[in-house]
Amino acid sequence: MSLLRQHLLTRHSVLPGFGLALGYTLLYLGLIVLIPLSATFFRTATMGWPAFWDAVTTPRVLASLRLTFGASLIAASINAVFGLLVAWVLVRYSFIGKRLVDAFVDLPFALPTAVAGIALTALYAGNGFIGSRLEPYGIKVAFTPLGITVALTFIGLPFVVRTVQPVLEDLEVELEEAAACLGANRLQTFQRVILPAIAPALLTGFTLALARAIGEYGSVVFIAGNMPMISEIAPLLIITKLEQYDYAGATAIAVVMLVISFALLLAINILQWWSSRRTRKAV
Amino acid sequence: MSIEVSKISKQFGSFKALDDVSLVFPSGELVALLGPSGCGKTTLLRIIAGLEKADSGKILFNGEDASTRHARERQVGFVFQHYALFRHLSVFENIAFGLRVRPRATRPGEVEIRRKVHELLDLVQLDWLADHYPAQLSGGQRQRIALARALAVEPQVLLLDEPFGALDAKVRKDLRRWLRRLHDELHITSIFVTHDQEEALEVADSVVLMNRGQVEQIGAPHEVYDHPASPFVYGFLGSVNLFHGRVQGDHLQVDEHVLALDQHTLSFDTQAVAYARPHEVDVVRPGPGITGIPVVIRRILAFGAAVRLELEREGAEGSENAAAPIEAEIGRERLRELALVEGDQILIQPRGARVFPVNLADNDRAGLVKEAV
Repeated sequence: MSLLRQHLLTRHSVLPGFGLALGYTLLYLGLIVLIPLSATFFRTATMGWPAFWDAVTTPRVLASLRLTFGASLIAASINAVFGLLVAWVLVRYSFIGKRLVDAFVDLPFALPTAVAGIALTALYAGNGFIGSRLEPYGIKVAFTPLGITVALTFIGLPFVVRTVQPVLEDLEVELEEAAACLGANRLQTFQRVILPAIAPALLTGFTLALARAIGEYGSVVFIAGNMPMISEIAPLLIITKLEQYDYAGATAIAVVMLVISFALLLAINILQWWSSRRTRKAV
Repeated sequence: MSIEVSKISKQFGSFKALDDVSLVFPSGELVALLGPSGCGKTTLLRIIAGLEKADSGKILFNGEDASTRHARERQVGFVFQHYALFRHLSVFENIAFGLRVRPRATRPGEVEIRRKVHELLDLVQLDWLADHYPAQLSGGQRQRIALARALAVEPQVLLLDEPFGALDAKVRKDLRRWLRRLHDELHITSIFVTHDQEEALEVADSVVLMNRGQVEQIGAPHEVYDHPASPFVYGFLGSVNLFHGRVQGDHLQVDEHVLALDQHTLSFDTQAVAYARPHEVDVVRPGPGITGIPVVIRRILAFGAAVRLELEREGAEGSENAAAPIEAEIGRERLRELALVEGDQILIQPRGARVFPVNLADNDRAGLVKEAV
């Protein structure tokens, strides 16, 4: 009975303008997202299937795709862990300069990516402040895949912090107290109470950081060194092809990136939907 | 298990939440901590649970010092006002939580957990909700699940922080009775915090009245209601009429009238306030030789078993008694007998009124007003 009523309620919403709002949304999405993206598909289609396959399966392209997605996944994972830590500290503790630290988190958003890239390169290069200290241990950061990961981590951090922070703020301390009274230790409380509650937000932050990292170009090209097969990311390869007037070749790589990205995001969204379904709020 | 609170003090910034509180909660009793908000009752409960640390003093469980024990080692069941159920877990898993987080050596097997959880669900009469999620339950159901969850770890003590505070009046009343029955079945030492005097008097074996970080009175519900130890208790437990005047032996001089008093120890001519509950106020028609305080009937509320009269002092202009409204409660027969109507001038004769020195009374009124804000 109540299920039936729920259905009726959502269909005959008291808020008017469903048709108008949906139409607007579709038009907007179409103009801004779908039409430009489909253009890449059309462009690629002009080259034919065998040419496309040849273009995207050259070792150099495959290496760049592996690097882009691999480094992005690693960077987003690092951000998920440390972004959560930063958010935790910002929400749970009060200390002098907390607001300042809070503001620092947004810097990677605001900084032009090229500036970030140059700054990171200067720091991590063999003669840089950090790079010169790592060199004796045989760790090379700048001009290696490691450097790319560092840059991608840098630009992705705010996504995780800013998505997890409000959810952590809303998390009642009572839940942790209840867990403690029931005999759970800190680790159990974190695993069984806190993590499930913030998991959807954490996943969202991870997705955003991942998406940003996959498409990142500006901050990476400086620190990457851009050696083919080693430290050349896919977006750079696209630019290179464009500079050689190989438009179809460029869009071919773009299409592959698009498809992989879309598959990844879709998978994460399904995971998200599945996890939030279990914690849904009462209507 | 008996609980002893010994000389507990707790301060939040400049606010003294608890001021040298000592109490004993006997084993197996259901005790209510009653007081206005900000009186320190919740803080005391949280200190007993180990969720808050006292600045000084000790908590003794069965005579053993438990002050340094962590909340998870105290074997305390705590029920929160807003339930604090784990949203991502089903009702079943919520109740099983305390069993599942036990160290491997003492963790019961899956079959045992299942049996135990269903036993508790039966106890709170919600077995059919095992697979639901907290968001799908009503407030009353959630609180019963929270209680079942707290009981799952077989606590020595059950602490309830305003357990019915977030529920509506009807559900509150049902749950009150239910909690009392449950306690009679389990006989587990229980302390519950409330600001609702009716709730405390109805459910508890004994009531601890608190005000401004201190204990005002301890006693069985009828004791604290019939023999309030202080003006604060008088004012907090039900409505009361105040009469300002001077003590003259066994009576109080209220302006130019006299008011008979209960036994007291105040010296002659002390400025004092007499307290009388509405049902202790007798009403008579004026006549020769009849003494009493003259009042005018403003309203007659003639529903229910007793009739309530809203009265106003007459001829007390300029006296501190002028503003105070008076309430009397009389039987229906008495109303018919006297044939009272609104606007009548009558005399009231409070029976057995208790007096307190005026400074004590004013102090506590100030306290009440401050906390109400």
